[in-house]
Amino acid sequence: MKKFWSKGDFFIWLTGATLSISLLMVAALLFVVVKNGLGFFWPGEVASIQLKDGRSFFGEVIEQEEIPVSTEVKEGTPLRSRIKVKQGNRDIYGIDFLWVDNDQIVSKSYPEDIVVMERLEWGDFFGTFKEFRGKEGTAPVKGHSAALQALEKHLPEIKKIAGKIRSIEKGEIGVINHHMEKSRLRLKKINLDPSPDPASIAEVKKELDALTAEYKVQETALVQLRNQLYGSVLAVTGDGKEKNIPLLQIVHFYQPNTFGFFDKWGFFFMKFAEFLWEDPRESNTEGGIFPAIFGTVMMVIIMSLFATPLGVLAAFYLREYAKQGTFVSIVRIAVNNLAGVPSIVFGVFGVGFFIYFIGGTIDRIFYPEALPTPTYGTGGILWASLTLALLTVPVVIVATEEGLAAVPRSIREASLALGATKFETIWRVVLPAVMPSILTGLILAMARAAGEVAPLMITGVVKLAPSLPVDSFFPFFHLERKFMHLGFHIYDVGFQSPNVDAARPMVYTTTLFLILIVLFLNFAAIALRNRIRKKLSVSAL
Amino acid sequence: MLKHGIKFETGKTIVSDQQAKDTESLKKVISKSSPITDGEEPIEIKIEDLNFYYGNSQALKGISMEIPKHRITAFIGPSGCGKSTLLRCKNRMNDLVDGARMEGLIEIGGQDINSLDLDVNQLRKKVGMVFQKVNPFPKTIFENVAYGPRIHGNNNKAELEGIVEDSLKNVALWDEVKDRLNDSALALSGGQHQRLCISRALAVQPDVILMDEPCSALDPIATAKIEELMVNLKKKYTIVIVTHNMQQAARVGDYTAFLFLGELVEFGPTPKIFQNPEKEKTEDYITGRFG
Repeated sequence: MKKFWSKGDFFIWLTGATLSISLLMVAALLFVVVKNGLGFFWPGEVASIQLKDGRSFFGEVIEQEEIPVSTEVKEGTPLRSRIKVKQGNRDIYGIDFLWVDNDQIVSKSYPEDIVVMERLEWGDFFGTFKEFRGKEGTAPVKGHSAALQALEKHLPEIKKIAGKIRSIEKGEIGVINHHMEKSRLRLKKINLDPSPDPASIAEVKKELDALTAEYKVQETALVQLRNQLYGSVLAVTGDGKEKNIPLLQIVHFYQPNTFGFFDKWGFFFMKFAEFLWEDPRESNTEGGIFPAIFGTVMMVIIMSLFATPLGVLAAFYLREYAKQGTFVSIVRIAVNNLAGVPSIVFGVFGVGFFIYFIGGTIDRIFYPEALPTPTYGTGGILWASLTLALLTVPVVIVATEEGLAAVPRSIREASLALGATKFETIWRVVLPAVMPSILTGLILAMARAAGEVAPLMITGVVKLAPSLPVDSFFPFFHLERKFMHLGFHIYDVGFQSPNVDAARPMVYTTTLFLILIVLFLNFAAIALRNRIRKKLSVSAL
Repeated sequence: MLKHGIKFETGKTIVSDQQAKDTESLKKVISKSSPITDGEEPIEIKIEDLNFYYGNSQALKGISMEIPKHRITAFIGPSGCGKSTLLRCKNRMNDLVDGARMEGLIEIGGQDINSLDLDVNQLRKKVGMVFQKVNPFPKTIFENVAYGPRIHGNNNKAELEGIVEDSLKNVALWDEVKDRLNDSALALSGGQHQRLCISRALAVQPDVILMDEPCSALDPIATAKIEELMVNLKKKYTIVIVTHNMQQAARVGDYTAFLFLGELVEFGPTPKIFQNPEKEKTEDYITGRFG
């Protein structure tokens, strides 16, 4: 027994077991997120379900579970199970999802006719087609398969018109609105002057008139385009209720029960791409998450641009120039502890200092014409990034300092002995050698920043941002704008959504994307670090 | 006579760091080294009444000596006797040590190195240094050698290439590395590292090269190469070397200084120090009675 203890075999087992448990936990986390997240894109088969009470409906079986029984029930009672069904048609039934006891089901079949229509509003429609109504004056196409073919034929044309409408709304009219807002603010600015110059007022007014005229032109174009829209389908739900759906409302439609293996995968990737590139719809429960991905990445990049130089320079002073002593030790401890301060504390500081003080001052000096609407004096991507930079600067400082301590004294001496000054030594020898450590700090900082939500909620993240912080209007980067963020998106979709059941898979999917983005950013930094390491092969020293 | 089958005479195969216990063998070595005419030699470094302190402890006590030009001068003595400190006074590397203080005069090439109008970086350009621990920069071989010239404002690519080639040829490294100048210097071997460090010091065209136990971490063959190199280099440079290895001092040193407990016990032409030292302490140290 004594030999067993002194040999230390138990310690190998203990350490091995601990590592295994940690790995298992991580693997379980990834498994849950990936399974639930990717399932969101998979086209499930839609069943036609007949109940004992005579009701019938179409629906996708989402999950199955045993009905929890109270302990008072006698033993021997057979366990009952129930299924959760997505029946769609929210406009007709009021709810998307319902639970059905398995023993209530008379029959369950998968007819190939069932069509799923993704709509711009009210979520998915499950049903069959009764007739297709084309342009006015043309006879409706009756029958399911005939209507389906007609729809397939006409939908692309409608989508083309809808695309034109959207491009005018976002493009031409967007530009006009932008210029009008600018002119309006210029007018206001002129009027702020105690003795406004009537000539320039007249000039701006003329500009505004021209813009209004231009707007009128675009508006008539829009009305014309809208008049070109036509058509609708009359669809029938599983229990025979009819609904007329305009073609404009249909995003896409498919017959999941006819899908073969490759159709399913094709659909999967199509949905995946849509999720990645589209804007969210229906209070974030449908559509994509592109603005949130964009906002997260941009925020992390801006954060890095501030945190890295700040942290690196501070670390250089602490390690290279400051006279080591009690005071520097205290500063060092304080910096290390700063990394452990709860993030919401930084958020509150960000609101008080960056937004109200700095942002408010900027507004008063540079944007008085827009007041009382704040420009910089409200949450925005710049302030959120700065707050996070503050939060992550200690991480960069600590990593850089450790790197500096590891640069051998001998190579500093070699440089100094060649007649280099201390600055030249730091710049040409120490900095390159410490680069991998700086990148390690940056990796840790990015990982932390990408996942923070609490400080962002009060410094500029919103549920739905009307426009990205980057666009085609000068100066192209609009750092004062509010933005969307994956972490906040998860919280919003999961806990603030009006349609919790529909939102649940999106929570996992969004989480998956957050993990992927953090991984991507980290891999980019790690690849860069490895390249530098290879070039230096510092480890050989 | 020669205990370990080592031929001192050829100067090619050599003892490592084994302390020479056999005075006879040392004397044999001396007789082969170049005889120094006892006439007046031009002086490169002049040290007068040098005292040096680390905080409150005195490391060097009243040292005065004159180091001749284009000769190899070896500093020997037991550990902690102050020979490295004395070496590092000459290019003011001791400035970097907190609480270090120097009193007295050091002139190199007639210039007082402690005078206020002397730029210490210019001094270090004139007085190069090679360290005990090989310390190539984590850069390419080319950049290692070009580092000094670049620091001193030479960024002309063609000129740098010339300097690098000359410097590497001077240390007989050119043929070994000419095809991989852009590889990391860290990939070289220990002996190559030290020769690279010497060529790096040569690249800024110094007058004096200080060597702080340059061979203590090297194997006998690499040591032999470095020693051969030193003998070649003394035609153009004044070399001061600190060594633990008395055979090395005997082999390469034209002059030898014996330091003990911060004092300069004896300084003179190497044959004299090793064959008939004036001081009993020198004799004791050389014959291995202590140290």
